[in-house]
Amino acid sequence: MQHTLSVIVENDFGVLSRVATLFSGRGFNIDSLSVAPTNEEGLSRMTIVTRGDDQVLEQINKQLNKLIDILKVLDFTDGSAIERELALIKVAAEDDARAEVLRVVDIFRAKIIDVTPKSYTIEATGNPLKIDGILELLRPLGLKEVVRTGAVAIGRGAKGWNG
Amino acid sequence: MKMNGARMMLECLKKEGVDTVFGYPGGTVINLYDALFDFKEIHHILPRHEQAGTHAADGYARATGKVGVVIATSGPGATNTVTGIATAYMDSIPMVIITGQVPTALIGNDAFQEVDIIGITRPCTKHSFLIRDVKDIALTMKKAFYIARSGRPGPVLVDFPKDIQIAQGEFHYPETVEIRAYKPNLSGHPRQVEKAVAMILESRRPVMYVGGGAVLSDAAEPLTALARKLSLPVTTTLMGLGSFPESDELSLGMLGMHGAYCANMAMSNSDLIIAVGARFDDRVTGKLTTFAPHAKIIHIDVDPTSIKKNVRVDLPIVGDVKDVLLKMIKQADKSKEKLPELVAALAPWHTDITAWKEKHPIGYKQSSTIIKPQFVIQKLRELSDDDAIISTDVGQHQMWTAQFFTFNKPRTLLTSGGLGTMGYGLPAAMGAQAAFPKRQVITICGDGGVQMNIQEMATLVQNGLPVKIVILNNNFLGMVRQWQELFFDKRYSSTCMELPIDYIKLADAYGAKGFLATKPGDVESVIKKGLKEKGPVIMEFMIAREEKVLPMVPAGASLNEMVLNA
Repeated sequence: MQHTLSVIVENDFGVLSRVATLFSGRGFNIDSLSVAPTNEEGLSRMTIVTRGDDQVLEQINKQLNKLIDILKVLDFTDGSAIERELALIKVAAEDDARAEVLRVVDIFRAKIIDVTPKSYTIEATGNPLKIDGILELLRPLGLKEVVRTGAVAIGRGAKGWNG
Repeated sequence: MKMNGARMMLECLKKEGVDTVFGYPGGTVINLYDALFDFKEIHHILPRHEQAGTHAADGYARATGKVGVVIATSGPGATNTVTGIATAYMDSIPMVIITGQVPTALIGNDAFQEVDIIGITRPCTKHSFLIRDVKDIALTMKKAFYIARSGRPGPVLVDFPKDIQIAQGEFHYPETVEIRAYKPNLSGHPRQVEKAVAMILESRRPVMYVGGGAVLSDAAEPLTALARKLSLPVTTTLMGLGSFPESDELSLGMLGMHGAYCANMAMSNSDLIIAVGARFDDRVTGKLTTFAPHAKIIHIDVDPTSIKKNVRVDLPIVGDVKDVLLKMIKQADKSKEKLPELVAALAPWHTDITAWKEKHPIGYKQSSTIIKPQFVIQKLRELSDDDAIISTDVGQHQMWTAQFFTFNKPRTLLTSGGLGTMGYGLPAAMGAQAAFPKRQVITICGDGGVQMNIQEMATLVQNGLPVKIVILNNNFLGMVRQWQELFFDKRYSSTCMELPIDYIKLADAYGAKGFLATKPGDVESVIKKGLKEKGPVIMEFMIAREEKVLPMVPAGASLNEMVLNA
């Protein structure tokens, strides 16, 4: 089962490789990983999408917590969070296809951010499933390049991660 | 006070109570060694190989409970410490490794003797630091020692570039340290403790299964008290040996692949396993699907990742083993009136255990012509001091030591349990002897492993460290040979050592004494002569070449499917 973990880390030297080493060394999967600094000085936040049964997830959670640089691990699997992903999509667009691309972009509330006579480049954001959806519709038209950020997630409600 | 970074590092070590360090000089630690030259508070021992220096720091840590310290230069010096670091990591040994590094401006440029040692050791250290400013030295070292010794202990590597050693700065050592993302939970939850004692009171076939965590948290006393109070049989892992006196009638000895029949049978038939600082390693559980099928499991460990990693757990208690055991004793005292009832109810269980003990005791067939290794171990126990410290290498001799030596005191067995490092025994003994110059320190080795760090004979002689080296010589890599005999149709691929070594001459070459025993009648006199010597000694015993370690649970078999005679 897929899990989204949000990990608050000290913005220290080597913390990303510690997390990566942990996942590869123990045979855990990473479906996607995104990392960037937060509003709090010295802290970064990683969103890791991983998969495994309950026992594996419990181990991932505990092993992450064990790393000295990791402040908090939030498991967002139970629908308690909002997830978003951004994708940049370069799609072939000539003749009739140009109109079809625009229709799809409109339906998915995406944006065209670059245009050539033969292509569109699209910026799409949304739940990762929505990104899968737009890609599926664009694929038959000829995807030239796709860049996805991987999911980022934030808990629902008024509280921040530390209360 | 203003001083350079190298001096500052030594002041940090002094503040942390370090009296002995093991280390090997080189280009990127030459400044540190210059500072050490007239820093009298720290005794420096020069091993003949950085790997051995690291094992020595590890042996020092295991014998004393303090943090072991080793220094190595950058590049090959640093990579030579890796086996020692991994050994310490697998057995949760507190250690600080200080490696020189090329000047910060050169890092990443493939400079001479540059290696990314932090990257290389990331999976086998508890944590690591690269010092990038002379102002950071004190706080980094405070953190390094705190992390190494607290919670589940482990090795911490500090990479120390040459330019930072030269840079000048003010030295202030912090009194306390706070790491906001690192707060090990040491105190067992009272509600969980209550439940644990209630489960024990209801059990009829309980076993305490005790690992290295009990030794690391210095919990031998409360462990023994609790077991006796509740009449609980105790089996220990290899790492747990010594935490409960093996001469006690509640002791089942070691369990697992080469464990005692009674210990493995007790685990397999138990209705409640109380795991104390143990991690259900595959050498202990055998086949997981058939492991202790009727048992509920209480698991006490300071490291939450150990809990439910390999087996299901009914009652987890996260906390320092000693803290939890002391709380359990208090809790048991609250139900004092129920204790006689419990002891009475456990009588049939103890009868079963006694029957297993009598049916297949740990034993061997004595010979009048060939020296049996088990006999040597028994004689060593008989003739050595009660508080003698024993270290081993890895293989048959290690298992014979575990089976036949009878460990009654914690921190008297130093052995590489998790990683299984050959070549560990001699340098670890050297570290223990440096910590306890007056105690008997004996390393028991095979003729395979002893060669892996034999160069440390020089360190022993030079530093007047009177380690007694026992070599059980079968001219085989015995444990692998045993597997080849049992599972590979006696195809002894590369396990015969072929060339016999004259260890007596070798001892002589290093300026030590050597004694040889070739027949059973020699054993006692050689041990007596060897132990009496003031300096380091090799005692070589030519043992039965194809003697096997038994019983044995073949890899992948259930714990109760032991091979008793083969």
